[in-house]
Amino acid sequence: MAGLDLSLIASQAFTGLGLGVIFVLLAVGLSLIFGLMGVTNFAHGSLYMLGAYFSFSLLAFTGNFWVGLVGGALLVAVLGIVTEVVLLRPLVGRSSDHPLLLTFGLSLVLVEAVRLVWGKAGLELNTPTSLSGAVNLGFMFFPQYRLFVIAVTALSLLALWLFLTRTNVGLIIRAGTRDPLMVRALGFNFNAIRTIVFGIGAGLAGLAGALVGPLGGVYAEMGINIIIESFVVVVVGGMGSLLGAVVAGLLIGEVVSFTTLFAPKFSHLSVFIVMAVVLILRPSGLFGESGLME
Amino acid sequence: MIRWLTKHIAAHPIAAFVVVFTIFPFVIPYEALAAQVLTYGLFALGFNIIYGYTGLLSFGHAAFWGLGAYGTGITLAKLGMTSLWIGLAAGVLAALVAGVVVGYLCLRRRGIYFAMLTLAFGQMIFFTGFHLSEWTGGDDGLRGIPRLPAELPGITIPLDTPLSLYYFTMVIVTLMLAGLKRILESPFGTVLQAIRENESRAEACGYDVRRVKLLSFTFSALFAGVAGALEAVRLNFVPIDALYWTTSAQVVIMTLLGGAGTFFGPFVGAATFLLLEDRLSQLMESWSLVIGIIFIAFVLFLPKGIWGTLLERLQRGGGRAAVAEPVEMRTSATADSPKEENGRA
Repeated sequence: MAGLDLSLIASQAFTGLGLGVIFVLLAVGLSLIFGLMGVTNFAHGSLYMLGAYFSFSLLAFTGNFWVGLVGGALLVAVLGIVTEVVLLRPLVGRSSDHPLLLTFGLSLVLVEAVRLVWGKAGLELNTPTSLSGAVNLGFMFFPQYRLFVIAVTALSLLALWLFLTRTNVGLIIRAGTRDPLMVRALGFNFNAIRTIVFGIGAGLAGLAGALVGPLGGVYAEMGINIIIESFVVVVVGGMGSLLGAVVAGLLIGEVVSFTTLFAPKFSHLSVFIVMAVVLILRPSGLFGESGLME
Repeated sequence: MIRWLTKHIAAHPIAAFVVVFTIFPFVIPYEALAAQVLTYGLFALGFNIIYGYTGLLSFGHAAFWGLGAYGTGITLAKLGMTSLWIGLAAGVLAALVAGVVVGYLCLRRRGIYFAMLTLAFGQMIFFTGFHLSEWTGGDDGLRGIPRLPAELPGITIPLDTPLSLYYFTMVIVTLMLAGLKRILESPFGTVLQAIRENESRAEACGYDVRRVKLLSFTFSALFAGVAGALEAVRLNFVPIDALYWTTSAQVVIMTLLGGAGTFFGPFVGAATFLLLEDRLSQLMESWSLVIGIIFIAFVLFLPKGIWGTLLERLQRGGGRAAVAEPVEMRTSATADSPKEENGRA
């Protein structure tokens, strides 16, 4: 093809980045929860969906986009904390299948509850006017809101990284991921640590949902497909590895974006093909340690 | 009364199955639901081989159920085969081949990785089926599967009434059930449970754990495929949802409700789930909210499921009853998580 349009490639790459950061937000939370608690949170997609609904209602109530965005994420974090204390704590010491099954049941309940409260039809969330233009990147015009999503993700990840590496609680969390038994033996309140981590993971999922709302609409089923793709991201990155979640999230975002451009029929399949290839070459994922939670 | 029943059903599983399911269509609202309990029960039975008996949680079993259904449906509706048996065999073969391939790839990993891998491969097969719409009907599903008579040497049984179809399905399911009983009572069945209890120890004993797991996965896919093939004949139609991951989730729910790792649990679970679904969906729109809450309650408080809990009670209660159960006794006690069991043993 004479001159595969460079600006087309660049714009598709940016679209992929915009998609990838959402995967990153979800996968980092999943991986963090998994790494510390050994819990595969099937309800992560539903928490993402709730983030979008909460932010919709808060925006409708207060008229302020920022309140919707931050409040939506915080409400989901609170819900995550309640879930951990009430539903997941009793399962400590049981097979790792049980939390997975429980959170799956929870996702059924949340989807149906949302349909009851907000109705079955999808909702529209508007981009705030201050963010609704397009930015000239030199080679293309890129929607300002998508840039905003990328920036918010980058800032949240930076904050998370600082929290994990520069604070005492973060240090205990990292130690707990390595050796939970030792952390408990040293007298730290491991239950509280679990609750904090699940809350953070849930909050990140809520934030992702609140960010996506203006892009893709808000509907009860929005978490059902993305949870599977997020699992794939976590597996590709290596379970429990945060760096892996970031790299794999961006990678999968680009893969989806480019297959949509060149072979739209394969856009859903491509994700799984990448996963199969990675696992055959590197069974523990790109950055995973083998033997973790097997 | 319940104890007496549990004891006798557990002692003579196949005979009990035949008695219960012969009268089953007359005690529940309508025959179609009874036949659905049979097909989904068989599906759950197959899933139970890999989850309940081998201890591997697969979240991709819709693939085998769906391939069984599509294999049969496509052979009968698109390829114009005129024998019901060829149709059923094609579906079962499709599920079997997929079982070997998916099993081989997914069994490279264990635990949660295995669950996610099966989920991902299941979705891969779903999207493939979704895009091959000339064969599968895509989003609309596969329509126009003829209800052919079952031809046996010397006799042709028409399946055009709900009851004849029901009893035809029941005969096949009974044969599968007897086959499963045989498998579980063989040395191979014991190795499966050894792997569930402690994989490293089984390996140290000299068993080729990977091969045994692959064989177990393949059996499991085979049972799911037969169930799916029968479902295609029952419905004359295959919805694309048959391949979707929510179908995998449904069979997980059924098995857990009934009791994973028990011989009858999957049927008890399938019957409970489908009857609940049938009643609740007439009462309210958001019936899956109730199903979800019930499921959560089971995971929290009754992880052994309905049948598993009944068996446990029986075991605790009477020393005399405990002698009589070849399959159930060995398995019911170990229906729960490997970790817990190791502690108790």
